[in-house]
Amino acid sequence: MSTNNLHSSNLPGRHRLGRVWLVVFQVALVVGVVALCALLFNILNGSFGYVAVQDKVNPATLAVDGVPLEELDKDTLIQVLQANISAGLMARYEFDKPFAERDAGEVYDLILERVVAPEFVAQWSLYESLTNAGEVRATAAQEYPEARLEFRSWLNWHFLRAPQSSYPEIAGVRTAVLGSLWTISIAVLFAFPVGVAAAVYLQEYAPDNLINRIIQTNITNLAGVPSIIYGILGLAIFVRALGAFTSGIAFGVTDPATANGRTILSAGLTLGMLVLPLIIINAQEAIKAVPSSLRQASYGLGATRWETVWHHVLPNAMAGIMTGTILAISRAIGETAPLIVIGASTFIQVDPEGPFSKFTTLPIQIYQWTARPQSVFRNLAGGASLVLLGLLLTMNATAIILRNRYRRSQ
Amino acid sequence: MATPRTPATGSLKRKPRLTELVIQSLLFLCGLLSIFVTAGIIYELGKESLLFFGRTQWQLTNKPIAAAISPADTAIEVGAVGTPAQPGDLLRINGEIVRLVTIENGAYVVERGVNDTLPAAHAAGVVLEKGIDPSLAEFFTGTTWAPHAGLFGVLPLLNATLMVSGIAILVALPLGLATAIYLSEYASPKARNTLKPVLEVLAGVPTVVYGYFALTFMTPLLRTIFGQDVVQIYNTASAGIVIGILILPLVSTISEDALTAVPRSLREAAYGLGATRLETAVRIVLPAAFSGIAAAVIIAISRAIGETMVVALAAGAGPAFTFNPFQAAETMTGHIVRISGGDLSYDSLDYNSIFAIGLMLFLMTLVLNIFSQYIVRRFREVYE
Repeated sequence: MSTNNLHSSNLPGRHRLGRVWLVVFQVALVVGVVALCALLFNILNGSFGYVAVQDKVNPATLAVDGVPLEELDKDTLIQVLQANISAGLMARYEFDKPFAERDAGEVYDLILERVVAPEFVAQWSLYESLTNAGEVRATAAQEYPEARLEFRSWLNWHFLRAPQSSYPEIAGVRTAVLGSLWTISIAVLFAFPVGVAAAVYLQEYAPDNLINRIIQTNITNLAGVPSIIYGILGLAIFVRALGAFTSGIAFGVTDPATANGRTILSAGLTLGMLVLPLIIINAQEAIKAVPSSLRQASYGLGATRWETVWHHVLPNAMAGIMTGTILAISRAIGETAPLIVIGASTFIQVDPEGPFSKFTTLPIQIYQWTARPQSVFRNLAGGASLVLLGLLLTMNATAIILRNRYRRSQ
Repeated sequence: MATPRTPATGSLKRKPRLTELVIQSLLFLCGLLSIFVTAGIIYELGKESLLFFGRTQWQLTNKPIAAAISPADTAIEVGAVGTPAQPGDLLRINGEIVRLVTIENGAYVVERGVNDTLPAAHAAGVVLEKGIDPSLAEFFTGTTWAPHAGLFGVLPLLNATLMVSGIAILVALPLGLATAIYLSEYASPKARNTLKPVLEVLAGVPTVVYGYFALTFMTPLLRTIFGQDVVQIYNTASAGIVIGILILPLVSTISEDALTAVPRSLREAAYGLGATRLETAVRIVLPAAFSGIAAAVIIAISRAIGETMVVALAAGAGPAFTFNPFQAAETMTGHIVRISGGDLSYDSLDYNSIFAIGLMLFLMTLVLNIFSQYIVRRFREVYE
């Protein structure tokens, strides 16, 4: 039969087409996975690798009476420092923190920083260091004969512990990490209670009327507003209009002459606003998932609405609420643009002391380092990215563990 | 004998409970706060934008008066330094506003005491300020953005934003859709459960890290492929491709959810009629999930338009009106970040301009988000 022939002659073509497109679909998926691998590889590539280090003064020449530098006691170290730097600089260090209060380690660090002053004259990526180590060594020996070649992990203990610095050799992320933790804490303190309360209202109390529908639509739309818009809003409201409060002047804790609203408090509240819709939406989902039989049982025993919510709905929804909140926070911790707009300081060397301090955060630090023209700062940015990803990974793991624990206990 | 029932006063009536009422009001206020946030955004952006468009901005010209003038003088000797003014410009001298009529032999011939200001004597050395009037028409038609030179065309910024978003969608839409179809129609549940989280990790990486990726990986890659002379160090192509990777999980996850939600019976009916797997996926399941996929794409576009850190790092710092994706061009978000990076002084031209650009950005993304919700409602196929 002709139709049957037509059908069977057509069939192999249709199947062939199906196989071709299957390959296309698989390739698309592979491209996505490859992109993720490239992203991770790129960060690792910048975070490890050979560096050529050149000392201004060889530490061996600083030995006193044959005792190497690192074994000297504090007083001798101070003498070594005094002999090698200007009196003005010495006086400034004394002013920053009297030498009587510094321990030998701190003085030793100062000598390393100011006198030995190791400088990174060249650096290579991890890929080059692994595949082409011989050539890297040859280049280093030829172009920087006085330098020594080290394999360096840009993410190291010193990097985590040291404050920001304009010298890449001693720069670290301590101030940035503390700034991030401070802003995030304030954001959570603000957004979590308000967000959960709003979710409870919308899910448990709100009658289906115009205003509640507007609130619900509004929250959905707020979740889609670009983060930089929140930054602009934060600049106008928290930094400028409420500057007296966010700078701490109104509470008399800061000096009115120098303080302004570009503080941790402003940043935290801005981030809080940013994550509020996310927390509300997640908490609503969690509350929605609580079976209504629980509520009815509670009402049946004579509990009021609030008692039902407080004793039955919230405890049952808490796992979902916590998971949603942690995911919202991990969004906030990586936010950069809004904080740049509200004016996070780019160069901060002292630890933030409280909500009214100036601050910088980890993503801003990565941005600053990446934007610099010197390639050595790109390596620092790679190391800082690893720290940020580590922080995020910890938070997400916490979210998963929390979810599993609550699920088991129910 | 039964004693007559004494009605316990109000025992069956609902007692007003004060604490319940207070708690309910507090919860309502928390819900209302989100309205305040939106109102705050619209009010602040609108107010500062109106200031930007409705007020003459005074810009220092660095041009001092060469000789002292009395209130009656109409010719002002000016030095050769600084930005020259054009006839018709408004100039401000120590608070007095004058209009420049002509320039004769290097001296400004002016109309004194314009705009309700009084002519006054001015000493030599006072620096002239030039009045700049940003107009809405110029904002949308001008092709140069240089506020300090009095040019307020937002088109270069808008063009760069649209170009970056366009490239991003060109990358994310085919990849995301193909991934979603594979995961929902072909992959085994086990493969799906391992691959989906991998893509979601992509969504969790902070955008600043993507910026680092664009600048240190994608740009060198593009420069190797297309040549160092063709591709500039900062270019919109690199930023666009990386934003495409950034929104890829958004497109694929939401699309996959929409595809999975299509009932099994539809697929089985298609198989029963002799359709191949591809035909079922593309002709039956895809149209049925259209509303969800369209919404995903629109949300992804809105996300790409608002994305900031990747363009701030990789697309270039300086507005440029170009259609070449290998050249540097600053987007709206990139401009806001660069301008506000320093200590921005309030009520300055720059301060007001970021609100005007921000308002435009907000409206663009808001329209897209509302449109995506509309599509979901309007075109959703409900199967029961």
